[in-house]
Amino acid sequence: MREIDVAIIGGGPAGLAAAVRLYDMGIRNILILEREHQLGGILRQCIHDGFGLARFGETLSGPEYAQRFIDEVQKKEIEYMTDVTVLSISEDKKIVAASTAGLVELQAKAVVLTMGCRERTRGAISIPGQRPAGVYTAGVAQSYINLQNKMVGREVVILGSGDIGMIMARRMTLEGAHVQAVFEVQPYASGLPRNIEQCLHDYDIPLYLSHTVTEIKGRDRLEAVVVSQVDENMQPIPGTEKEYRCDTLILSVGLIPENELSLGAGVELDARSRGAVVDEYHQTSVPGIFAAGNVLQVHDLVDFVSMEAENLADSVAAYIREGGLKPCTHAVVTDGNVTHTIPQRISGECDFKLSMRVRRPMRDCTIRLSQNGVTVSEKKMRKALPAEMIQIPVKAEKLDQNSDLEVSVVW
Amino acid sequence: MVRELTCIMCPMGCDLTAEKDERGNITVTGNTCPRGREYAMQELTAPMRNIATSVLVEGGELPLASVRLDGPIPRERIFDVMQEIKGRKVKAPVQIGDVLIENVLGLGRNVVITKNVAKRGR
Repeated sequence: MREIDVAIIGGGPAGLAAAVRLYDMGIRNILILEREHQLGGILRQCIHDGFGLARFGETLSGPEYAQRFIDEVQKKEIEYMTDVTVLSISEDKKIVAASTAGLVELQAKAVVLTMGCRERTRGAISIPGQRPAGVYTAGVAQSYINLQNKMVGREVVILGSGDIGMIMARRMTLEGAHVQAVFEVQPYASGLPRNIEQCLHDYDIPLYLSHTVTEIKGRDRLEAVVVSQVDENMQPIPGTEKEYRCDTLILSVGLIPENELSLGAGVELDARSRGAVVDEYHQTSVPGIFAAGNVLQVHDLVDFVSMEAENLADSVAAYIREGGLKPCTHAVVTDGNVTHTIPQRISGECDFKLSMRVRRPMRDCTIRLSQNGVTVSEKKMRKALPAEMIQIPVKAEKLDQNSDLEVSVVW
Repeated sequence: MVRELTCIMCPMGCDLTAEKDERGNITVTGNTCPRGREYAMQELTAPMRNIATSVLVEGGELPLASVRLDGPIPRERIFDVMQEIKGRKVKAPVQIGDVLIENVLGLGRNVVITKNVAKRGR
């Protein structure tokens, strides 16, 4: 069995950034395993611009952003395999993968989980009705249009105000489709404000909050959807049904970290983030298995994915050199206004960056990190939106090494 | 005149307030970087946007190469530029940064390739 220092599972933005940084840190016996035919992950189909401002100080399209890292990987001759699907990862870091050349078996000292996320589907949100063609998740429609040159429909309704849904509203409009409306079940948008502005407002596409699709009609191809208003408990209000004739329904109703392999390796997951429970080193509950990017927590900016993976790489390099990392025994606990945090565990001895999201939109609030009532760090926010990840740096010198860290929102 | 805007220059999406006084002077608040001020000024005078689409590749390992403008154009010209790009074909290989259309419709911006597409192997 081939032995390597680090196996990187997934060659998207997180995996590529981790690989390049590991190489720069002197860890060279590494291998990227990528399921698709090409590196780059989801960025390959994100042809719109707006990537890279935080990381490169300029605005790029997804493919260009990915290519910067792919160029580095190729220049440094970092080994990667494409068309290879990892089938299992064990707790002792044995990896089995299926490739076009047959079964691949590896023994790694450390495993980096960078598999990204997948989309919630019609089944996940249980829309009643018939099962015609013409119902797509936003990412699938994006792949058809931007990678395969296949137009998915002409009369379009979009359910969910996730970023990809809004970006597809614009993309389909540019390609000649008529996007009737975007419906969002929550009383606020789930995507970024800039996408509401430039993808919907610019093209006069209305966004209806507190609305959802309650029926799908059509025998072979989608013929219509029924949309209802919902109450404060997100339950449809009888009598508010309205039918929209359409041939295409695009779903942009959330992303779920892709953790089947993590579970198989015995990695503990967090029910709130749907990703692994990690410490400030991005190490999971299994020593030597690390996670970053959308497999850990769904990000809204790829720049932050790259930076998270680079932080992870620093810890992985330390793990390889020292054979282990300091245990992190203190929990990061949250109040009801916070959906989740990364990390969920800390040592209290290191500087780190806390990532989190708020549960609902709030104005003029303060995110407070405290221990036993003593403030460790805080961030004042004019507005805090669930759509936007919040990051707060924490200094080790401010931390009490014997206490949990509490994260709360006050106003 | 006061306008509330969401900045689209980057995914931060700052809330901007732009105020135009009687003499036509514009003041911008709420921005966290100079691009935000620039954006608000532009929204009040002449809104500008970038667009992305793709073109067919002949003999490439992929059927499409993505393209974008190398800078923003007036928002009302988006569909004119889309029309101009539509139907264009390129021959593989193409590289990021290759210019597909120079100075498209005289708007002072180029349409550039944003994806490397190699020749199709045998």
